[in-house]
Amino acid sequence: MMEVTKQTKEILSPSLKSIFKKSSQSPYWFVLPYASLFILIIVLPVIVAIILSFFSFDTIQPPTWIGLKNYVNIFTTDSVFLQNAVPNTISFSIIVGPIGYILSFFLAWMLAQVPHKARTIYAVIIYSPSITGAVMMAFVWRILFSGDETGYLNYILLNWFGVKDAIQFLQDADILFYIMILVTLWSSMGLGFLAMLAGVLNIDRSLYEAAAIDGMKNRWQEIFYITIPSIKPQMLFGAVMSIIGTFNAAGIASALSGGGTPPQYAGWLIVDHAADFGFTRFEMGYASAITVILLGIVLLFNKVAYKLFGERE
Amino acid sequence: MKKGSSGITFNPDRFHMNQWKFHAFLITLSLIMGAPIIFIINHAFKPYTELFAYPPKLFVRRPTLDNFTRLFTFSSESGIPISRYIFNSVVTTAAVVVLSILISSLAAFALSKLEFKGKRTLNKINQFALMFVPIAVAIPRFFVLINLGIYNTYFAHIIPLLAMPVGIFLIKQFMDSSVPIELIEAAKIDGAGNWRIYWNVALPLVIPALVTVAILSFQVSWSNTEGSNIFVDKEALRTLPFYMSTVVSQQGNIVVTAGIGAAANLIMFLPNLIIFIIMQNKVMASMAHSGIK
Repeated sequence: MMEVTKQTKEILSPSLKSIFKKSSQSPYWFVLPYASLFILIIVLPVIVAIILSFFSFDTIQPPTWIGLKNYVNIFTTDSVFLQNAVPNTISFSIIVGPIGYILSFFLAWMLAQVPHKARTIYAVIIYSPSITGAVMMAFVWRILFSGDETGYLNYILLNWFGVKDAIQFLQDADILFYIMILVTLWSSMGLGFLAMLAGVLNIDRSLYEAAAIDGMKNRWQEIFYITIPSIKPQMLFGAVMSIIGTFNAAGIASALSGGGTPPQYAGWLIVDHAADFGFTRFEMGYASAITVILLGIVLLFNKVAYKLFGERE
Repeated sequence: MKKGSSGITFNPDRFHMNQWKFHAFLITLSLIMGAPIIFIINHAFKPYTELFAYPPKLFVRRPTLDNFTRLFTFSSESGIPISRYIFNSVVTTAAVVVLSILISSLAAFALSKLEFKGKRTLNKINQFALMFVPIAVAIPRFFVLINLGIYNTYFAHIIPLLAMPVGIFLIKQFMDSSVPIELIEAAKIDGAGNWRIYWNVALPLVIPALVTVAILSFQVSWSNTEGSNIFVDKEALRTLPFYMSTVVSQQGNIVVTAGIGAAANLIMFLPNLIIFIIMQNKVMASMAHSGIK
């Protein structure tokens, strides 16, 4: 009797072992580790930020609900945010983003016009600044741009170009901002640049040959009719990378000017503002609201990039 | 039309006179881009006298290891030796590299080669997440890590770096074009399950992408200071970049600082550079598939 039930059971439904064998091959197992980390480290923090932004929370007292008050305060009373962080972030990203982006395209294109060995050497040199750490590099910039005659740049200006007084590169709020841009651009030829270079090099050579036969006249025509259309997907990848790079820049102005708050909040970015409220003043709710605004701005910039370079559906 | 006069200058095999403009520009640019790095290398080996020398000189005359010695023998108030920071950095970075490769390639395999419900959505979500700016969520992450109970553990250095949208994206793109579906079908007929196909068929064909992800995760982890600054507050759990920035910022004199800073910079930078130079062929092969469609 026992035997029969066992057999019928196995006919009616597959044995536990075979169920296990089948389900252990399920695609979901492959996605699970990444998906759970993704939720834990990316999705959850964003949700926490949104929720916390409606609270007042100093990490000692339990959070209290204050509705939109954080946002109202940010936009009505926070003069550093309105007059420094926002304009700085916008002008910084509008200058660094597109310039870095266009530069990496032209460098990639130019590198495709020289032979392989030379190209590899140039590419490594141009790429290598992007793997130096921005904040660590600040110690080096501080001696290069030092405000007295021992600064390398000041020495050159004073002795070779007859400039009268040493320039306070890192203490003058206006100059500091431009140095910050320069330093960021210097280190911005990273993954996006490599993607574009690989993209340009993989364009089918016969496209150029066909175009030459059809009467393509110059390099500009080549760029606009062949190169750019062929590497559009890499251009979009590069655009996304340059947006991330721009918004990830934090603490540079502070590190350049010697730690703490830079003079007159020069180069003070939204990210710095959030970190300041979060980790020096422990106003976590307020800092979260700033974070939410920042994420919104990043989203907006990416939407524009996809509009410009994405494939029409 | 004569051969060679077609005007195609794209990806040439050898040097030709019509390239001179490009070389002129690229050499100038390389000099400018490379100058700060040349400066770091020289500065790191300068003795005191040359650090303070006026007029300042770019190149070192009598190289010494003084800056490195100062960097390594500096004992912080907590009295933790530098070997501890090095150990922490090596352990966490090794874990981040190995786990990122594993986790990203598993998910990339499913997203590229397996059929399941929700696949399209997951691909869309990951592509969307490429634009994610991790620094923006440092504060909420801090709360998430506390609630997970991994604040002040090694995991606080490792876990936040493991969800790497760009890593999974690069491997998936590479698999899409380099692992033919026929090969997978053939393996299935031979009785191989998904795990076997992943390990024996797909992975060996996407090594360039795996190398790229390894390099990227190494770079992120090796120079990461966020973990030491925010996610742990026990000195014994902090990592090398944190140690270096403390040493450098605790020196009063900017000139001495720059010498030690250059030495510290070199230590953080050189491993990255050497790995990239050795692996650049594989990185380029992988970046060829990086386009977003």
